Amino acid sequence: MLTANGLRQRSEVLQAIRAFFFANGYIEVDTPVRLPVLLPESHLIPFTGHGWFLQTSPELCMKRLLARGCTRIFQICHCFRQEESGRLHQPEFNMLEWYQRGENYEYLMGQCEALLCHLHRTLPHLPGFASPGFLCWNNCRISLTPPWERLTVAEAFRRYADVEVDWALARGLFDEILVTRIEGHLGRDRPVFLCDYPIELGSLARGCRDNPTVAERFELYVAGVELANGFSELVDVEEQRQRFAGEIEKLRMEGREAVMPEAFMADLEKIGAAAGIALGLDRLVMLLLRSPSISEAIPFIFEELQ
Amino acid sequence: MYTASDLRKGLKIQIDGEPYIITEFDFSKPGKGQALYRTKMRNMITGNQFTQTYRSNDKFERPNLEERKMQFLYAQDDEYHFMDTTSYEQIYLTGEQLGDRLNFLIDNMEVQVLFFGDRPIDISLPTFVNLEVTVADPWVKGDTSGTDTKPVTVQTGFQLQVPPFVEQGDKIQIDTRTGTYITRVKE
Repeated sequence: MLTANGLRQRSEVLQAIRAFFFANGYIEVDTPVRLPVLLPESHLIPFTGHGWFLQTSPELCMKRLLARGCTRIFQICHCFRQEESGRLHQPEFNMLEWYQRGENYEYLMGQCEALLCHLHRTLPHLPGFASPGFLCWNNCRISLTPPWERLTVAEAFRRYADVEVDWALARGLFDEILVTRIEGHLGRDRPVFLCDYPIELGSLARGCRDNPTVAERFELYVAGVELANGFSELVDVEEQRQRFAGEIEKLRMEGREAVMPEAFMADLEKIGAAAGIALGLDRLVMLLLRSPSISEAIPFIFEELQ
Repeated sequence: MYTASDLRKGLKIQIDGEPYIITEFDFSKPGKGQALYRTKMRNMITGNQFTQTYRSNDKFERPNLEERKMQFLYAQDDEYHFMDTTSYEQIYLTGEQLGDRLNFLIDNMEVQVLFFGDRPIDISLPTFVNLEVTVADPWVKGDTSGTDTKPVTVQTGFQLQVPPFVEQGDKIQIDTRTGTYITRVKE
């Protein structure tokens, strides 16, 4: 729960984010949060009612707007995911998501650097920016000066967990090793882009041109907190259809309903090269306000609504 | 049954037939990954601690735990005997099970005894207890040495710091969670 002063600071962050995107030629869009079909993603549990879903992210609708001819779009919206509640999770949360045609994931990394530097420049009075040139949070003093570190997933597994990523994947230990042995080291001195995920963990990301076993996908980590997930969009309709078919089968084996999002598939081939990224807005506000958890960075936590 | 999404700090669960209390809890979910429930827990019988990571489909039994109000009767060797004042049933716990709680336990005190099934495994004391001071240096009025507390010993043998005006034979109230002096009690 935010204080009146915290709410004003959160509002300043929202305003500065919008100013950044407008200055870079983006338009703001606001797509529906209630959808009849979701992208099949077995790691997410949506809220349902009357045969409809609350969106788990705005990705489906925003990519359809790219197909309509938009080139640069951003959105700040509420997303909903069941069974996610903790220091960095709320079942209803705010996402900042943006897309541009004709670019790839490396371009997005540069934009993340530019966005944080813009916030630091325009909002120097925020608690997280108490030390000029740095973001301070939870005993970390993080230099914001670009370029930030680019670290491949394979290298991170070797460096921090002393195992090969393929070994972890084969044993179903990828997530556990990442969370328990790697994440805590990431972004403590400067932000880190953890990049080039195994292709099987990048359901809507394009394979790397020079190494098809990894996806052009990255996660931005700041002070051990996973802040944003970006990738070069997979726009090969046949490959996307195959990957979704695999997810749908997984979902149905768990007894959950899932269908091929045909309207999305029809639009996908009209997009061409594009890149998109989702950033956890509440986590960003948490860092900038030096709040210990997202509970202190949002207007209400769900328990307070009872 | 509990599922992993019920896990939280303070929850009591049963693993391999023994009760555990969760002392630390963190929910993690890497991007595009599965939910992980990271816990640190303590065995409520042995006191052993360990950490474990669980996933969404993990399930846990509820331990059969019950608290009953009982009165402390007496200690013999290392056995501390308690009685249920309505059924007159008697049980005992060992000194090791009671640990630091022995600092505040006196005859006839009413406590909550925690049972796992029919086995007593723990007690909780009242938050505040009144104990008699058995050893204290006399208060020298006008003492200007600058110290504002002095050590005393109470009837259980426990030592603590109190204001200088507390004297031998006084009764004082102590917070059993912290072992600190609260006030002098007039009786």
